[in-house]
Amino acid sequence: MRIVAPLLCGLIFGAGLLISGMLQPAKVLAFLDVFGAWDPSLLVVMAAALAVSVPGFRLADRSARPWFVGQYLRPGQSGIDLPLVSGAALFGIGWGLVGLCPGPALESLATLSPGVIVFVVAMAAGMILHAFWSKQRVAARRDRSMATATDG
Amino acid sequence: MANFTPVSAAIGGALIGLSAVLLMLSTGRVAGISGILSGLLNVRGEDKDWRIAFLAGLILAPVLAGLIGYGMAQPALPSSWIVIAVAGLLVGFGTRLGGGCTSGHGICGIARLSPRSVAATVVFIATAIATVAITRHVVGG
Repeated sequence: MRIVAPLLCGLIFGAGLLISGMLQPAKVLAFLDVFGAWDPSLLVVMAAALAVSVPGFRLADRSARPWFVGQYLRPGQSGIDLPLVSGAALFGIGWGLVGLCPGPALESLATLSPGVIVFVVAMAAGMILHAFWSKQRVAARRDRSMATATDG
Repeated sequence: MANFTPVSAAIGGALIGLSAVLLMLSTGRVAGISGILSGLLNVRGEDKDWRIAFLAGLILAPVLAGLIGYGMAQPALPSSWIVIAVAGLLVGFGTRLGGGCTSGHGICGIARLSPRSVAATVVFIATAIATVAITRHVVGG
């Protein structure tokens, strides 16, 4: 069940994206194009998803542990900071350029569309680039604090 | 609102929400696609089996739908490879720096009433709207 459950969840997620029409970049861009022929479908997708996930996550909050693994792994809460805002801003620009976000991009690999493959490879490269960049920043900060420590 | 499809949007959205809830209840993990993928790209880390299973299901969905006659159309993308590659890089880097994408922040995070996720969702929708406004109505208009 440790494999079957996430596989089924992926299938349900994929079916949801497919039925909602959000696999078509044109439909996503029509939502984002508020100054053109606006299509609010994406808003309905989000509202319907939240109508299920809000009570569902409440249920999960009340249960001590998940069905098939040891414990819940929830993101730790921290404040709204510069990385969050600048990261979201960059993501939005990329999303608006093409109309693909990570879920629909990965699911669309099933079509073997060359454009989707290029997008997903570039997206993975962006993630790897971020991992290297943040590792270097941590190292630089450590060096700096060591330098000031010897001064003091 | 010529192409508004509220019924299929509501059914599809409810399924996406159901998937996120079931993944949390069964496996204890957040259904954030950018986070699931980046965890796979990490060289270290043991936590990979459920990620592979989830993404396999995601990609299998349209294949199975195709077998019963509901296949997906080829997505319409910009003709410029450079635009596609730059967009992919921005989505990959941005979702990692911001800690999530449309699913992780927009659906799971907001459902958990996380202020970070609400802020991130407002920001990425705003910059996406601005990008479409510029490319369609300023440059492309």
